[in-house]
Amino acid sequence: MALHIIDRRLSGKNKSVGNRERFVRRYKQQIAEAVQRAVGKREIRHIEQAETVTIPRKDIREPLFRHGQGGVSDTVHPGNSEHVRGDRIARPQGGAGSGSGSQASNSGEGEDDFTFTLSKEEFMELFFEDLALPRLLRTHIASTQQYRLRRAGYSHDGTPQNLALLRTMGGALGRRIALTRAPQRELKQLQAQLDALLEQDDGTSEPLIELRQRIEALQARIARVAFLDPIDLRFRSRTRVPDPSNQAVMFCLMDVSGSMDQARKDLAKRFFILLYLFLTRHYEKIDIVFIRHHTQAAEVSEDEFFHSQETGGTMVSSALVLLDQTMRARYPAGDWNIYVAQASDGDNFTDDNAQCASLLAERILPQVRYYAYVQVVQEEQGLWHAYRQLARQHAHFALRKASTAGEIYPVFRDLFKKEGVAV
Amino acid sequence: MNLSQYPVLAPRAGGQAWRPSPASERLAGGVPQAPLPAGQRPAQPLPDPSDWTFELIERYHAAIAATAGRFGLDTYPNQLEVISAEQMMDAYSSGGMPVGYRHWSYGKDFLATERSYRRGHMGLAYEIVINSNPCISYLMEENTTAMQALVIAHAAYGHNSFFKNNYLFGMWTDAGSIIDYLVYARDFVAQCEERHGVETVEQWLDSCHALSNLGVDRYRRPSRKNLARERAEREQREAYAQQQVNELWRTLPTRPGKDSALPGNERFPREPEENLLYFVEKNAPLMEPWQREIVRIVRKIAQYFYPQRQTQVMNEGWATFWHYTLLNTMYDEGWLTDGVMIEWLSSHTNVIYQPPAGHRAYSGINPYALGFAMYRDIRRICQEPTDEDRHWFPDLAGTPWLPALHHAMQNFKDESFVGQYLSPQLMRDMRLFSIHDDASQRELLVSAIHNEEGYRTLRQTLSQQYDLGAREPNIQVWNVNLRGDRGLTLRHIRHQGRPLTSDVQEVLKHAARLWGFGVQLESVNADGETPTLVYAVPAPPA
Repeated sequence: MALHIIDRRLSGKNKSVGNRERFVRRYKQQIAEAVQRAVGKREIRHIEQAETVTIPRKDIREPLFRHGQGGVSDTVHPGNSEHVRGDRIARPQGGAGSGSGSQASNSGEGEDDFTFTLSKEEFMELFFEDLALPRLLRTHIASTQQYRLRRAGYSHDGTPQNLALLRTMGGALGRRIALTRAPQRELKQLQAQLDALLEQDDGTSEPLIELRQRIEALQARIARVAFLDPIDLRFRSRTRVPDPSNQAVMFCLMDVSGSMDQARKDLAKRFFILLYLFLTRHYEKIDIVFIRHHTQAAEVSEDEFFHSQETGGTMVSSALVLLDQTMRARYPAGDWNIYVAQASDGDNFTDDNAQCASLLAERILPQVRYYAYVQVVQEEQGLWHAYRQLARQHAHFALRKASTAGEIYPVFRDLFKKEGVAV
Repeated sequence: MNLSQYPVLAPRAGGQAWRPSPASERLAGGVPQAPLPAGQRPAQPLPDPSDWTFELIERYHAAIAATAGRFGLDTYPNQLEVISAEQMMDAYSSGGMPVGYRHWSYGKDFLATERSYRRGHMGLAYEIVINSNPCISYLMEENTTAMQALVIAHAAYGHNSFFKNNYLFGMWTDAGSIIDYLVYARDFVAQCEERHGVETVEQWLDSCHALSNLGVDRYRRPSRKNLARERAEREQREAYAQQQVNELWRTLPTRPGKDSALPGNERFPREPEENLLYFVEKNAPLMEPWQREIVRIVRKIAQYFYPQRQTQVMNEGWATFWHYTLLNTMYDEGWLTDGVMIEWLSSHTNVIYQPPAGHRAYSGINPYALGFAMYRDIRRICQEPTDEDRHWFPDLAGTPWLPALHHAMQNFKDESFVGQYLSPQLMRDMRLFSIHDDASQRELLVSAIHNEEGYRTLRQTLSQQYDLGAREPNIQVWNVNLRGDRGLTLRHIRHQGRPLTSDVQEVLKHAARLWGFGVQLESVNADGETPTLVYAVPAPPA
């Protein structure tokens, strides 16, 4: 019998991706809520992981006409061990025996919720949906060394893999037609003459031989026209165009002073982890500068920023001074979109608050696109008051409070939402 | 390598790509009275490493095909496709079809399948087979050699011959064109999504799906078309259908003697219409042409699956019976090793296990178990009838078993199959009993058990249980208010006083979306008297 064996293992994987996408889109609301709930509960290092999402089953039911409970039904079951005809049995509460098996459980209550797992990609996608760096501008081109290749028609030379076959063959055809047109026409005429002469002649006369020679010469001439000539070759050409970059830098300022206990540090780190993931996923080229401070500020590596245990007193202005210096030295505001995110418990030397405010107002805020401050306790202290004054005067200065892990994500979304999108 | 096993690679002498093997030539004469004699006994059994190879699959297939040929199994050409577990889940969630239009509900099924598979709640079925010509069977790459042999025997010969020969499949489905139709459906839905937006199309599909069980012709069978004809006819159909609809709803005054008008009190449609989707497709006044076509696609696909829903016991039983019989015969003739036997028998026993009622794992009668037992029982009645069998099956007892079995496979559906062939012996073996559940009574009544006075009741009750007409609510299009608000009235004829679930209102909303105007559902007793209004849904907002 005829048989085909086909190995499909390598083809058409993930055929359901489209359907899955549609499902996720349809239940986005519920899924987004589940994502929010989930992230509050997560350990910091597990934030970027797949997530199991549960949706009440009634929300995703597809309604159909079905028989409900009630009325009269006769059903047959196997495995009788004790009954005889006429026995009366107490009605079982749901489950086997009451209806006809699976139908009973379809209509019965107590169904599980629908649970499934979002992949890491899908999770992060939803997680950072509708977020963007505010007020991002295209800074000028000169400073960038980035180029993009763009299609730019055809050229006469290039590498073989760029050969534009259709163009080349089209050109060759045109050239062949153009070069052989006149000889072809002449050939036709001569051929006609020859045919006419042949009818009267026996094929040996002088004009006939001459005609034959001319025809041969013409044919040779036509044959000499090359099928493909180097001048036919066309190559796809690409040109380099400068890519105006929207280069951006994010300064992360975290307070690690003694008043920041483990819980507060955890909140601050959560905030920065979200920020870090968001930036690295959504912006290809972004610089991130980590600054950590107690009474002294230091620029540190990403690893140190999130994992080091160093601690001390508090002097917020130290961080701002360092920020200002770094900014001016390495990231001139003309070329860079500058963003700052600061997290602290708001506990600062009282004298220092005024200095912070003036540093910000005079030197930093005019340079940056957006400045976000998150305070990880509810209590309002000197720094908060000083900052709130600033926020009234500067539209691109935002401050929020978040005192539990669950609040971090909403605050984060609020700070970085796209314009015109409701949180 | 023998090139003749690859028809595509073989030189096409005389344009004949498919060269029938001797086995299938013998089939031309129909089912043999008894199994044909075995060929030469192999020197040694087929090798049985746990990892399969393509070459091994070919050898097993050749042996199985030869054996199947001796039993007169008549099949479509086979196409075996090796797929991974992930692809199996893909296939699962699209109803086993290799192509299909996109819809979120398939995504939901996929997620549910994936989750229970990952958590180990459920093993994947080891086979999926598609009623198409050539018949496509999926082999999962994780299966061992023994399991592949089992799947080939079960799907590529059992199910395949059932698809080709059962009367319901022959009448209601067209195996040759189903893949074409699905491709057409997928492309059409994708086009609509592009043109009208994903969400609009999705809503429309939701509504069609909600009524898909009522989108089936139970009595009239569909015509056959191929892809090209289907495409060409679509445009004609769209134009024509629109015209028809307009005619029905025209508001110009009628000219006396020239136009015939419906008398004011006559119902439309005159006869109740069982195929709701068909009725809506042909008569809804405000539907766009693309919407009509989608209704039609959903209807056609529901129709394609209709025979499968009616022959579950027979189909699975037949496939199980044949993998059992074929593999056992091959073992007896020295083709299979003990290891292979033990392995597939272990799966086989799992598949046909029937937990007794009241058992933790009990969820109704296992169609594999019942079907397998019934075919085995028919064979027994033919070969070793008892006096009881002679009394109950005078036409069957003592006749050649192979033609009898094929007859039973070809000419019945679950309902009539059980009604015809369930024997007292089997009822005793399975210890069947029936329960009468009257919601107005406090207790359940055991109405019959496996004894002399119970046999006929049991058989009838079980047969009823497989009657789709009784299993699904009987709802028909009753009337359209042509003169007034164009409201559609559906009528539910209650079977034994059984009510509908609370889903009704949701479904009616979907019906109203399709119809474009208000829809109401009334309910009558089986005697058709005293209709009561169940639900009414107003016209959807324009």
